[in-house]
Amino acid sequence: MIALVRRGTARGFDAAERGLNRLAGPAVNPLAQLGALGFFLFWIVVVSGIYLFMLFDTGVENAHASIEWYSTRYAWHAGVMRSFHRYASDMMIVVMALHLLREFSRDRYRGGRWFSWVTGVPVIWFLYMSGITGYWLVWDQLAQYIATTSTELLDWLPIFGEPIARNFLAPSSLSNRFFTLLVFLHIAVPLLLLFMLWIHIQRITRPKVNPPRTLAALTMLALLAVSIVKPALSQGAADLAKVPSPVGLDWFYLPLYPLADAAPGALWGLLGAATVMLAAMPWLPPLRRMKPATVDLDHCNGCGRCVEDCPYDALQLVLRSDGLPYHVEVVVNTDKCVSCGICTGACPSSTPFRSTGPLDTGIDLPDVTFASMRERLHELAARDTSSPRLLVIGCWHGAAAARGEDVLSLPCVAAAPPSLIDYALSRGLVDGVVIAGCSESACYNRLGVEWMQQRIAGERNPYLRSRVPRDRILSVWASPAEGARLDHEINTFKVRLAKLAQEQPQQQTTETPTTVREAAS
Amino acid sequence: MSLPVSIPRLIGLFAVLTAVTAFAATFSNAPAYRQIPAGTGVIKFSFSHSADRGRECRRRTPEELAKLPPNMRRPLDCPRSRRAIFAELAIDDVVVFSKELPPSGFAKDGPSQVYRRFMVAAGSHTIAARLRDTPRASGFDHERIEAVSVRPGQSLALDFRPEHGGFIWR
Ligand code: HEM
Ligand code: SF4
Ligand code: SF4
Repeated sequence: MIALVRRGTARGFDAAERGLNRLAGPAVNPLAQLGALGFFLFWIVVVSGIYLFMLFDTGVENAHASIEWYSTRYAWHAGVMRSFHRYASDMMIVVMALHLLREFSRDRYRGGRWFSWVTGVPVIWFLYMSGITGYWLVWDQLAQYIATTSTELLDWLPIFGEPIARNFLAPSSLSNRFFTLLVFLHIAVPLLLLFMLWIHIQRITRPKVNPPRTLAALTMLALLAVSIVKPALSQGAADLAKVPSPVGLDWFYLPLYPLADAAPGALWGLLGAATVMLAAMPWLPPLRRMKPATVDLDHCNGCGRCVEDCPYDALQLVLRSDGLPYHVEVVVNTDKCVSCGICTGACPSSTPFRSTGPLDTGIDLPDVTFASMRERLHELAARDTSSPRLLVIGCWHGAAAARGEDVLSLPCVAAAPPSLIDYALSRGLVDGVVIAGCSESACYNRLGVEWMQQRIAGERNPYLRSRVPRDRILSVWASPAEGARLDHEINTFKVRLAKLAQEQPQQQTTETPTTVREAAS
Repeated sequence: MSLPVSIPRLIGLFAVLTAVTAFAATFSNAPAYRQIPAGTGVIKFSFSHSADRGRECRRRTPEELAKLPPNMRRPLDCPRSRRAIFAELAIDDVVVFSKELPPSGFAKDGPSQVYRRFMVAAGSHTIAARLRDTPRASGFDHERIEAVSVRPGQSLALDFRPEHGGFIWR
């Protein structure tokens, strides 16, 4: 059931992401930047909020009037700021919902990833509380509706002495005290939200908290355009002698309020169950956690490349413990490790050219060892009788996953060290290498695509050596739905290789490149 | 300076972002929601009122006092818990609320409380509110019966304030 929903959602995201990649390019694809956009919108809300607060009268008698005053009298700045404040808040809900769904559809919340998911749950609560207290401060008819419904909802819980809804019984019962509490809450809860967001990204390295500048600028412009065309306004002053009905609801922040009117108990049940269910999702079956990476100190010189490349902050350099003449060694935090193998791809000891002894490396995945990669390469090369012969290094989460048989299949293409490509080509095992990873905007392991591209371009350690003919390498970044494109690109590549074979038959090298110690220096 | 993204792409992306923002803005205050149907109003029946103590205070005997720790030797033994209140509300002779309201708090020393909302059609209604907060077994200590006219969309609150003579409209 969940798997079915997941597949459907994944397909939807995939189609939308491909569309946006085509329209705008992967670098500024908003669907690849949802977390970063969330942060960006949060800062817009903070800045516009501070601006509005300076003009706002925090007393309940004058709150509404002060907002009316600044949003009509100073429509061109305070009014725009108000619209920014409201619409950026609404966009935060949109972006958060998409972000949650996307992580869910990509199955990126289990194993070592549980932390980001579980800390996302209170983020939802805090964001909603921030929005609800904000609408309350306007003290218009919507605020009045929110005040009565929220307090009636809270009164359903047996925690308050006197029903707090009595604060809004009649015009004469309205007190400034309660309103002051709300002003305080509308500042305190967003601070809690920020704190929670900070915790949310503690377990990943290089979290994307700032969208690319182009995307940020366009988001601002879009907000500006909408703010001018449809400024955010109030809905008439609150009057406790009247029932605010009908009232225009913000359906992003208040979609469940009608249910609160009808059945507060049911709503609490629903919220409780949804929260528990959401928080428990990382541990719901099927549980398939691979073994975390392990370090082999005999092959680790403490260079720290794996630490640099690990997307999940699972590696750390500590003082050497084994007497080898290096300063530091690497240790794995097994709880954080998601078994992507990117560290194996980064380690200078991962060199397939060695011919004596077992093919150990500095850091390896027990379930997908570096030795097994070379073995598989040999097996595939021996089996491939076609011409030209290809090695397809495929990621489990990209288009290559569907090809099965003829693929060197890895948790992430960046788990393959560039030397493996060098080895396959220079030993003449194959005529060309295809790197078939996830879609560029949606790397399952966050940074795998980026690191692989940089390694091949010679911009990141470990480099693909310059002697490796780049025209014999094809990179295809494609999602599981893009199998046809992958096939097509591979076929075109084969034609190109065949042509190359006529022009310049591939030479074979037997020279063994860099050893561990050279690489470290 | 060269742009990282070409102009047509910028415009395309801007259009998408504007569409999403416009979607957010549209549903930020529409469609409207009706809490109560047109032509109706609301009567809120709510009070927070303490009944008497469950029993009278009692003077402790000297022997009893001697048994108590010195800091607790108070001559009067007063029960903390209060009596429950029985309250009733009838609209046009139909009893819509009739309940024994226990005192609040762990020690049962807080006021009895009620907060209820009733929807009524606009027009004139006879509202009868009654309350019992003494040991009597039947009958009421306070009562207010009154014809009120409710305008569409009006919200009336019926509170109980002994210092104002019992039930009052607010
Ligand atoms: C407005 C609210 C939120 C913001 C601003 C936000 C922001 C972020 C950011 C910046 C990242 C890092 C992205 C990256 O660099 O790869 C992230 C990751 C993540 N978020 Fe959120 N988040 C929010 C709400 C949520 C919620 C509600 C959930 C789910 C309950 C959630 C689940 C996740 C997960 C599972 C990851 C990790 C993805 C991975 O392991 O690769 N987030 N979030
Ligand atoms: S496999 Fe390596 S790179 Fe991937 S999370 Fe684990 S330690 Fe980090
Ligand atoms: S990359 Fe390899 S050699 Fe360098 S610190 Fe990591 S395990 Fe050790």
